[in-house]
Amino acid sequence: MKSYRIMATALRALRRNIMRAALTTLGIVIGVAAVIAMMEIGRGSSLAIQRTIATMGANNVLIFPGNAAAAGVSFGAGSILTLTPSDAEAIVADCPSVAAAAPIVRARTQLVYGNRNWVPNTINGTTPSYLDVRDWKASEGVAFTDHDVRNASKVCMVGQTIVRELFNGESPVGREVRLQNVTFKIVGVLAGKGANMMGQDQDDIVIAPWTTLKYRVTGSSATTAANQGTTVVASSSLPSQVYPNAQLSLYSTPSSVQQADTPAPVRFANIDQIVVAARSAELIAPAMDEITSLLRERHHLKPDAPEDFIIRDLTEITKTMSSTSELMTKLLLIVAMISLVVGGVGIMNIMLVSVTERTREIGLRMAVGAQASDILRQFLAEAVVLCLIGGSVGILLGRATSLIVSLTLHWPTATSLGAIIAAVAVSAGVGVIFGYYPAWKASRLDPIEALRYE
Amino acid sequence: MALLDLRDVRKTYHLGEVDLPVLKGVTLAIEKGELVALMGASGSGKSTLMNILGCLDHPTSGEYWLDGREISGASTDERAMLRNDLIGFVFQNFNLLTRTSALDNVTMPLNYARVALHETAMRARAEKLLRLVGLEERMDHHPSQLSGGQQQRVAIARALVNQPRLLLADEPTGNLDSRTTEEILQMFRRLNETEGLTVILVTHDPNVADHAKRVIRIRDGLIEDQNAAVAAQLDWP
Repeated sequence: MKSYRIMATALRALRRNIMRAALTTLGIVIGVAAVIAMMEIGRGSSLAIQRTIATMGANNVLIFPGNAAAAGVSFGAGSILTLTPSDAEAIVADCPSVAAAAPIVRARTQLVYGNRNWVPNTINGTTPSYLDVRDWKASEGVAFTDHDVRNASKVCMVGQTIVRELFNGESPVGREVRLQNVTFKIVGVLAGKGANMMGQDQDDIVIAPWTTLKYRVTGSSATTAANQGTTVVASSSLPSQVYPNAQLSLYSTPSSVQQADTPAPVRFANIDQIVVAARSAELIAPAMDEITSLLRERHHLKPDAPEDFIIRDLTEITKTMSSTSELMTKLLLIVAMISLVVGGVGIMNIMLVSVTERTREIGLRMAVGAQASDILRQFLAEAVVLCLIGGSVGILLGRATSLIVSLTLHWPTATSLGAIIAAVAVSAGVGVIFGYYPAWKASRLDPIEALRYE
Repeated sequence: MALLDLRDVRKTYHLGEVDLPVLKGVTLAIEKGELVALMGASGSGKSTLMNILGCLDHPTSGEYWLDGREISGASTDERAMLRNDLIGFVFQNFNLLTRTSALDNVTMPLNYARVALHETAMRARAEKLLRLVGLEERMDHHPSQLSGGQQQRVAIARALVNQPRLLLADEPTGNLDSRTTEEILQMFRRLNETEGLTVILVTHDPNVADHAKRVIRIRDGLIEDQNAAVAAQLDWP
C-alpha cells in the first residue's frame, strides 16, 4: 500500500469521527501550545534577566597595561604605558565578538561647584562608547559626543551622588563645575546604578572626554597645548593652499636624518584601561582571544614575548548569569516534556479505544486482503497525523498566547524557532511512540474473531 | 480442474487440554461457474468450513487447492493476498464502513491490491459495479442513509471490485426481509449466469438454498450430502 494511500485512508478514518479526533488531539494541542508559550515567555524573561545582569558588567572585559619589571622587581599593573585609544578603536573594528569598547583615563581630584566641593570616587576620561559598554543611560540631558572627544571640549556627565552632594538634588545640567581650575559644563546626568558588588558607590562618578581630562586636567602642559595649536595653524597655511598654482617650496624639505634628529613633539596618548563589552556572555571567551591576538599584533610582540597588557573578565558575574539562564532552560524543558507526555498518553488512550471500537472494521479490512503491516501502518499514520495536526494548531495557539501575554502583561517574549522545530518533532515522535502499541494491537487481531466482534 | 478442491480437510481446535475436532475429513470439489449453497445447522462446522474456504483460516490437515494452487500451508500474509486476489466476501451484517460513501466503501479493497490502480481507474471500476447492482443514484450516500437491501448491494459491489474468482456469501440475507432477500438472491443468480461467477451461499435457510444449483449439507464436521441438482432448480423462472 502506497504511503499517500495510507495517509488518505488515515485522514478519511479521522474525518469519520471528527469530534473524537479533535478531542484526542486537544491533549497534544495544549501540550505543544504550552511548550511554545513557555519557551517564548521563558526565553523572553531569561533574556531580560540576562540583560539586567549584563548591566552589572557581566559581558565586560577589562584590559589594563602590563607591569614593568626591572632587574627582577615588578612595578605592578599599569606601570608601563602600552594602551592607546587607537587600541580601543581597533578592538571595536577588528574583533567580531566585541560590541563596544571605550578607553579610560583616570583622575582623582577635587570637584568644585560654587562654594561646595567633593572628591568623586571615580573620574573617568573616556568616549561616549563608555555608556554602551556599561549599559548606562543619561537620566537627564545628553551624553557628550565623539566630536567633544576630538576637540577636548570641556564638558562632562555626573552621577546621582554628585547631584546630591554638590547640587542638593537640583538639576545640574548646564551648570559649570571645576576640576583643578578647569571649568567643565555639565551636559548630562547618569541614571542611578547603586553600589557594585564590592559595595563601591557607582553613582559617585564624573565622566568627561578622555582628551580633556588627559591634556587639560591631569597631564596638562603648555607645550603640548601650544604645539597642538601651531600644527593646526601651520597645516592650514601651507604655501600650496595659499598659492595653489605656484610650485615653489618656501622651505627645503628636511632629510630623513634631519627628521630623526629633530623629532616632532610626541603627544602621549597612553590610557589607563580599556573596557570592552562582548556581544553576549557566551562570546566573552572568543572576544578575549580576539583582543589578545589583536593587541599582540598592534604592540609588535614577538610570539614568545610576554604580553604587555592584562586582560580580565568578570568571571563571578558571568557564572551567575550563565547558570541562571541554564536553570531557566532546564526548567522550561521539564515542564514541556511533562505536558507532551500527558498529551501522548491521551492519544494512546483514545487510539486503544478506537482499536476496540473499530475491531469489525479491522476484521473487514483484513478479510478483503489487508496484511498486518497495512493495519499497523494505518493506525500509526492516524496517530501521527493526529499529533502533527495537534502540533500545528498548538504552535499557532502557543504563539498567540505568548503574543497576548506580551501585549497585555508587557512581559518580554522571544520567538524561538528551536522550540517550534522541537515541538513538531516531539509531537510526531509522541504520535509514533504512543500510537505504536494500539496499532500493533490492531494488527495482531484475528480476522475471524474481529469480524464476529460485537 | 475444479476451481476449488478440498481433500480430507480436518480442523481441530485445542481448548486447553481438550481437542475439539470440528471438521473431520471434508472432501469437496466446486467447479468454476457453480452456484452452491453450503447448508448446516449451527455447530455443524459450517462456519469453520467457510473460514477455510475463504482463506481466513488454515486447516489442521488435508489439502486445499484453490485456482490450481495448494494453499493449506500459506502464511497469514499470503492468505491475505489470496483473499484480495481471488475471493469476494459478503457478510450477514454487511460490514460497511460507517460514515463513508458507498463509492469509498466499494473502492476500499483496491487499496490493498498488489497491483495498485490509479485513483480514477479505481473510481471508474467502483462506479461500474454500483451501476451493476442498481445503485447508480446513491454512490455518495453513507450506509446509514441506505436500506438494508441497498447496503447489501453495496457490499456485493465491494466483494466484486477485485474481480474475484469466488464469491463467498455468509448468510447474505440473514438480516433482510423476504422481498429484499429475493432481490439479493436474484442478483447472485444473475451474476452467476451472466458473469460466470462462482458463488457459495452459506446458509441455514432452505428457502435460500433453494436458489442454488447444488446444495452441500454439512453435519457434525462431515459432508452429508452433495447432490448435484436441487429439485427447486427446476422451478427457476
